[in-house]
Amino acid sequence: MSFDQPSGLSVRDGARGAAPGHFMTLTITVNGSTHSVAAEGETPLLYVLRNDLKLKGARFGCGTGLCGACMVIIDGKAVPSCDVPVSAVAGKSITTIEGLGDIGRLHPLQQAFVDEQAAQCGYCASGIIMTAKALLDANPRPTDTEVREALEHNLCRCGTHHRILRAIRRAVEGEGAK
Amino acid sequence: MSASTTTPRKLPGSLETNRQLDRWLRFDRDGTVTIFPGKVEIGQGIHTVLVQMVAEELDIALERVRLALADTSYSPNEGMTSGSLSTQQSGIALRYAAAEARDLLMQRAAAKLGASLEQLTVRDGTITARSGGSVTYWELASADLLKREATAEVAPKMPEQHSVVGMNVQRLDIPGKITGKPSYVQDMELPDMLHGRIARPPGPGARLAALDVAEIEAMPGVTAVVRDGVFIGVIAVREEQAIRAQRRILRSAQWEEQPTLPANSDPRYLLDLESEDEVISERVNDAAAAAATRLEAEFSRPHIAHASLAPSCAVALFQGGKYTVWTHSQGIFPLRGDLAKVLGSAENDIVVIHAEGAGCYGHNGADDVALDAALLARAVPGRAVRVQWMREDEFAWEPFGSPMVVKMSAALDAKGNIASWTHDVWSHAHSTRPGSKDGANLLAGWHLEKPVAAARPGNPPLPGGGSHRNAIPLYEFPGQRITNHLIRKAPLRTSALRSLGAHVNVFAIESFMDELAVAANADPVEFRLRHLKDPRARAVIETVAAKAGWKPREAGDGTRGRGLAFARYKNAGCYVAVIVEIEVGNEVRVKRVFAAVDAGQAINPDGIRNQTEGGIIQTVSWTLKERVGFNRERVTTLTWDDYPILTFGEAPEVEVTLVNRPELPPLGAGEGAQGPTGAAIANAIYNALGVRLRDMPFTREKLISALA
Ligand code: FES
Ligand code: FES
Repeated sequence: MSFDQPSGLSVRDGARGAAPGHFMTLTITVNGSTHSVAAEGETPLLYVLRNDLKLKGARFGCGTGLCGACMVIIDGKAVPSCDVPVSAVAGKSITTIEGLGDIGRLHPLQQAFVDEQAAQCGYCASGIIMTAKALLDANPRPTDTEVREALEHNLCRCGTHHRILRAIRRAVEGEGAK
Repeated sequence: MSASTTTPRKLPGSLETNRQLDRWLRFDRDGTVTIFPGKVEIGQGIHTVLVQMVAEELDIALERVRLALADTSYSPNEGMTSGSLSTQQSGIALRYAAAEARDLLMQRAAAKLGASLEQLTVRDGTITARSGGSVTYWELASADLLKREATAEVAPKMPEQHSVVGMNVQRLDIPGKITGKPSYVQDMELPDMLHGRIARPPGPGARLAALDVAEIEAMPGVTAVVRDGVFIGVIAVREEQAIRAQRRILRSAQWEEQPTLPANSDPRYLLDLESEDEVISERVNDAAAAAATRLEAEFSRPHIAHASLAPSCAVALFQGGKYTVWTHSQGIFPLRGDLAKVLGSAENDIVVIHAEGAGCYGHNGADDVALDAALLARAVPGRAVRVQWMREDEFAWEPFGSPMVVKMSAALDAKGNIASWTHDVWSHAHSTRPGSKDGANLLAGWHLEKPVAAARPGNPPLPGGGSHRNAIPLYEFPGQRITNHLIRKAPLRTSALRSLGAHVNVFAIESFMDELAVAANADPVEFRLRHLKDPRARAVIETVAAKAGWKPREAGDGTRGRGLAFARYKNAGCYVAVIVEIEVGNEVRVKRVFAAVDAGQAINPDGIRNQTEGGIIQTVSWTLKERVGFNRERVTTLTWDDYPILTFGEAPEVEVTLVNRPELPPLGAGEGAQGPTGAAIANAIYNALGVRLRDMPFTREKLISALA
């Protein structure tokens, strides 16, 4: 039940603002496809993902690397995308939540979140799933303590922690059973 | 004195104030039904509950029910989504509206199929007569079907007929959210949308001495700088450009700060301020004078932040003299009213549309940022502007949960029963939301050159109450006096935070009950039960005690302990009893929590469990860790480092048991756990260590000084 973007608004082609800053054309690889974006090099990756590539799954929570709402995986590591300048990720492989699975073909972690109903508002969920994915890729059978430690930089304000931990455990067990 | 005017029949839930059936439901050609609740999704899962209730009454598949986002141009005005009332108000209205719609359709079907009502059955919207013919709702539903006032004379189904209500239906919104679909107002994007940020003053009283606007306007991407009084906003093409311009303003503007805040953030500053005092319950027990034992204690909580994970956000468009505002406000109609006052527009020229935000837990920056976005959009007609607060804006400017101080006293008679009880609570107001008759409760409105003043802060009235919510104990004492001391003038803005005053009042009552149980040499469970008649209250306490394997008078071992607490939210909502297990090392750790909940008829049991678990874990965080800090001029807790909340490493295991009452009306369950959880932690600490913590948060420092 995600909402549809309102359509049919007539918006004039307004004058752009003053001259842009030091724009550069950068090539980045996200979820396996290559994109070229025109932005200043120090632009945090988060805004490029959300506003240029229209990938809204990485979310803004603090902008300072403290909440994990914006987590993506860069070269196998979970990284807060608000804290990485886009110029630093050229040539690296970036995975966002959109690269995991989609409705109808959910990634096992996403499926586990559905099975455990591990969300209240859900704003934290995509960042947490990315952190968990990076963990499980490196360590397919983590202990409960290892899962909790991996999530040390992901916050959830709704108090869904215990369901989220259960969901990750379910995904671990499901994988192990394969 | 004649009673000739007929008062309209009282209708259930929000049907009372929105009486037309077509305000609630519409049958669409494509075989779906659209429902129009005025209550909004705030992460509590209400949309799923409403869809369940409608699908049940209409006998259609869940997938056939669509839900229109709340929009002032067509939704019923249901006021605020707050107080855990959405199921009671919106849900009940939809239930009766759907039952009546079904009945109208059955009558049409009977006529069309030449059968009597008894000969008809419905399956997923297809009505079949015993003799063979059939017809669907959608074939029968003409445009005029629901153009009528509800009568509420068609009885909804009995609980034993329910097949969808009472089931653990999966939340409809989760798949989209966890696959990264645009799900929140923060994710919204309109063609050619611009990005705005607001550069707020450093503190509440600050005056602007100097600002070089031209320098900001010359920055890359900046489209406009809006300055009006101490309201300074910037609009840019790209989001990071707006942020950079905001940062530059924050660095370059010169402010004269004012020492308007209390000298220290201990909530006892409240006791020095002038209060309006009201005795809200009094019963005199003359025998109490002879009581053997007397106890007194004082409890407190500091300012607490809602600290939504997503800083508040809104999108606004100003075009042809009219505004459209997308917002995660909990009350689109009250917000529209206050926007009109500040913008100087007619309400009819403003459309407010709800779009989800992250969990808000009460009145946060949602409404304020809607005004911010509208003020910026006015400067660039025809272009939508998205404004999101930065983390620091949210921490500095959201309205906080009020600091509170509670003083208790009680007397025990010779048998160890409570003979008399007093409870005095000092607090600021717990509701300064938009929608008052006078003034406008929107932050930017107070900062404009010609400010629109705030309304007089107040509390929701009893029986729900605000600072006095749950101040009156559910226990039956022969004597009691409960007094509310309201301090309206607040140095820092305060407003509704999940459960309002109940968190602190129940914390005080239930901590004090344990202190009295100790004085009476009684077990905490038995001591509560002997003062409690309400069978539903007793049942949740007994249930949680059984689940947790409570052993009467079990002593803690110096590091581990258990504590119990109970409340009925608002003395009229759900019943919750909680048992907490803690472990004390360097600091207090809550390891495990058991809860029993009676929320009447459980429409979606897992939804109730989910909200209760969330309420418990959030309260563990409030109680152990949280405190808004400030100095004389400004708020000083501006980041997650300054204002830490419970982490995954610290989160307890939680086990919630539902005491389902299918025969009783459903009760909201979003806020019932707050009070009991706080007290249960304090009681567990006492059980473990023999020390009583009465001032939240229970940090390491507090523990050390209590043990010293
Ligand atoms: S937004 Fe990146 S860590 Fe908070
Ligand atoms: S579910 Fe709301 S922040 Fe985690």
